[in-house]
Amino acid sequence: MSSDSIPWPRPRAATRSFPERVHEWVTTVDHKRLGIMYIVYALIFLMIGGIEAMIMRIQLIHSHNDFVSPQVFNRLFTMHGTTMIFFVAMPILFGFANYLIPLMIGARDMAFPRLNAFGFWLTAFGGIFLYFSFVGASGLYGAGGAPDVGWFAYAPLTSQTFSRGHSTDYWILAVLVSGFGSIATAINILATIFCMRCRGMTLGKMPMLVWLYLTMAALVLLAVSPLSAAQIMLLVDRYLGGHFFDTQAGGSAVIWMHFFWIFGHPEVYVLAIPAFAFASEIIPVFSRKAIFGYPVMVAAALAIAFIAMSVWAHHMFTVGMSSNANTFFVLSTMAIAVPTGIKIFNWLATMWGGKLHFKTPMLFCIAFLFQFLTAGLTGVMLSSAPFDWQLGNSYFVVAHFHYVIVGGILFTLFGAFYYWFPKMTGKMYNETLGKLHFVLFVIGFHLTFDFMHIPGLLGMPRRIYTYEPGRGWDALNLIVTIGVFFQATAILVFVGNLLWSYFRGEPAGSDPWDAWTLEWSTTSPPPAYNFPVLPVVKSRRPLWDLKHPEDPDWKYE
Amino acid sequence: MSPTNIFAPVSASARSIFELSIFVLAVAAVIFVVVFGLLAYCVIRFRKRTGDNGREPAQVYGSNQVELAWTVIPILIVVTLFLATARVIADIQNAKRPGRPVEVIAIGHQFWWEYRFPGLNVVTANELHIPVSDPANPAPTHITLLSADTDHSFWVPRLAGKTDLIPNRENSMWIEPTETGLYLGQCAQYCGTQHAKMLLRVYVQSRDEFDRWIQEQSQPAQAGKAVSKGQKIFETTACINCHRVAGTAADGRFGPDLTHLMSRETIAAGSTPNTAENLRLWLKNPAALKPGARMPAMGLADEELDALTAYLQTLR
Repeated sequence: MSSDSIPWPRPRAATRSFPERVHEWVTTVDHKRLGIMYIVYALIFLMIGGIEAMIMRIQLIHSHNDFVSPQVFNRLFTMHGTTMIFFVAMPILFGFANYLIPLMIGARDMAFPRLNAFGFWLTAFGGIFLYFSFVGASGLYGAGGAPDVGWFAYAPLTSQTFSRGHSTDYWILAVLVSGFGSIATAINILATIFCMRCRGMTLGKMPMLVWLYLTMAALVLLAVSPLSAAQIMLLVDRYLGGHFFDTQAGGSAVIWMHFFWIFGHPEVYVLAIPAFAFASEIIPVFSRKAIFGYPVMVAAALAIAFIAMSVWAHHMFTVGMSSNANTFFVLSTMAIAVPTGIKIFNWLATMWGGKLHFKTPMLFCIAFLFQFLTAGLTGVMLSSAPFDWQLGNSYFVVAHFHYVIVGGILFTLFGAFYYWFPKMTGKMYNETLGKLHFVLFVIGFHLTFDFMHIPGLLGMPRRIYTYEPGRGWDALNLIVTIGVFFQATAILVFVGNLLWSYFRGEPAGSDPWDAWTLEWSTTSPPPAYNFPVLPVVKSRRPLWDLKHPEDPDWKYE
Repeated sequence: MSPTNIFAPVSASARSIFELSIFVLAVAAVIFVVVFGLLAYCVIRFRKRTGDNGREPAQVYGSNQVELAWTVIPILIVVTLFLATARVIADIQNAKRPGRPVEVIAIGHQFWWEYRFPGLNVVTANELHIPVSDPANPAPTHITLLSADTDHSFWVPRLAGKTDLIPNRENSMWIEPTETGLYLGQCAQYCGTQHAKMLLRVYVQSRDEFDRWIQEQSQPAQAGKAVSKGQKIFETTACINCHRVAGTAADGRFGPDLTHLMSRETIAAGSTPNTAENLRLWLKNPAALKPGARMPAMGLADEELDALTAYLQTLR
């Protein structure tokens, strides 16, 4: 049989009309397209959440400012938190998971492509539903508008008594729906990793990123389920006469806190572990060395996930738990610093003795190491319960978790964007603009979040729409707000770079970084079927083996 | 200096937290310097240099000895920090109940504080007075924390760490201030629209002054004939549904007790100075000073406002 007797599907891109292309994207079950849709969707919500943050920072620029009303401010911080966690961080990380995992394990798609699309559309619907509350939530006069109960929505503020109208219902349903999407995607990731690896790729030969996403997906299953249960209980309270959290009828406000934080703290690691994943791919490639201590890195990730399930009540040191309970949660929380420290040391050891190439992705990862170290140390301070009795719910906490989420997670995400952009689009980004983005963002980040710690030490609580003069908070808040504008400028440079490079960038080639994992063995962007022939691997770095047949990894692993 | 600085403690528990926090900060600072130093050294020492030969560096896959070292050392640090922390937790939470403390019940409301001194017949709002304590004459204050509606948190940084006020639950805390003065703080748990203007003012006084204050506060209100018009307006509009003025028909419980309103320096939960002008504005339209406050505007005419203000100003 000659090769031209099989009709090869012809590329028809040039001839398809716009509605046809939209239809193709909307109905797609291709993991790469779904990944890109997750990422673009999250970037749009990143802009929205960022604008909300800017408005809040303008309001707090000096004491007794009148830029927005307290009602608007309370909606803004609720929407900012909910958006950034559920509709930016989660989808963007799932997006990278979707795109990268099948390529990295040498598979042609996720295990359940339709479930994959279902998960994306649930998440997408959740976000749009949440924002519809701005116009749709007015039930009773004066009670309309977006939710204003805070992103952790403590009872009994969410009960019918204190939250009339439907704004809280929008919050509950949006988070519930996107939670189901997250659970679907987590199941899909687990099934894909367990069942779809190419020949030769035993669990011990998976790229670090895949191991970390495996851990993350398991945590999603464990953490999101109780949250979904609590949301349903809250709905029962509000509409079916339940009294789980209704303190006026003997319910418990503290039970809601337990439910929320047994989701909320593992959630931090759901977000942080993929950040570790990106760093664990980028740092070795730009240090030109294999990752140091692969088995220990895997064990540390599993230990983090395991301990993460038992630390939640450190968010509740001030609710009046017994001294025994407080002591236990101090110990479990401090214990998590050990595996986290091991990870930082292993990344340092990976760089040690290497040849560091300071391309944009590497710069973001080095800043991540520094900032994650700092965030970890402020975390240790907060884990010391008596210290937390002072610092809890203050701006010190706000600064601490933004140091984790922005300084840790968003920085590695930017690194991941620049690192895999050539693979996803086939075009190279502009290195100069990338470095400009890095410099501006580092300046803005440190102006904002370094100085944000201090008002907390000086007694400034979070979630206040205005504050009194004469407390030593004014100048610090001004600096914090100035930093925000640097960050916003950096984001514009970033988006501009992506758009410009997508349309005008140089062709990237299939392996621009001289990297070692399977996604770089196929074309950029990869074809719908990923690999013409499914690869067979013998080590953790199959492309290293290919490039260095005289000294392959499998001799040493 | 900031009046709400956590590093300027004047009370026993705040001081032991301060000592612990300095220790934790010092340990964190040492770790920071060491690890940051390693990172900076790595970045400078191992950067790719110009004129690099283009060959890959030696591939090192790991080392069990090194891994063991940087597992054991952090474990030792964590154990140290944990033991230091556990001791302070036990000291503060399991403190022995002293002989004769001053008992206060603090009740959080949207968006103000109610203080009751059980047995002393004193009920007041937003401005708490307590006695100073010294080793010769210890006078600790035990505060029982309750909530009338949503979650709140009692945080006066120079006196103690914060403790939440949660509906359907009884919390408590000890304070034992050693210096007289006014200590500020504010609600530290988001409780609704005006969470920001739910301020705390704690006046620590010498024992004599405190006893005199208690004596004054336990008296019923004394209003002269000159303000009977204002009193009538107060007692015939909805004011008395929420406010109490001891010795009169007003016996509401939802809003602050006004029996000794003029003994307070502030109104609107510590957010506004208690002047005739502010008081009148507050009566006319509370939202002008504190949008979202629970007190409604009563729609009174100008002369009614004047009379009512005059009456309230006699409540000393």
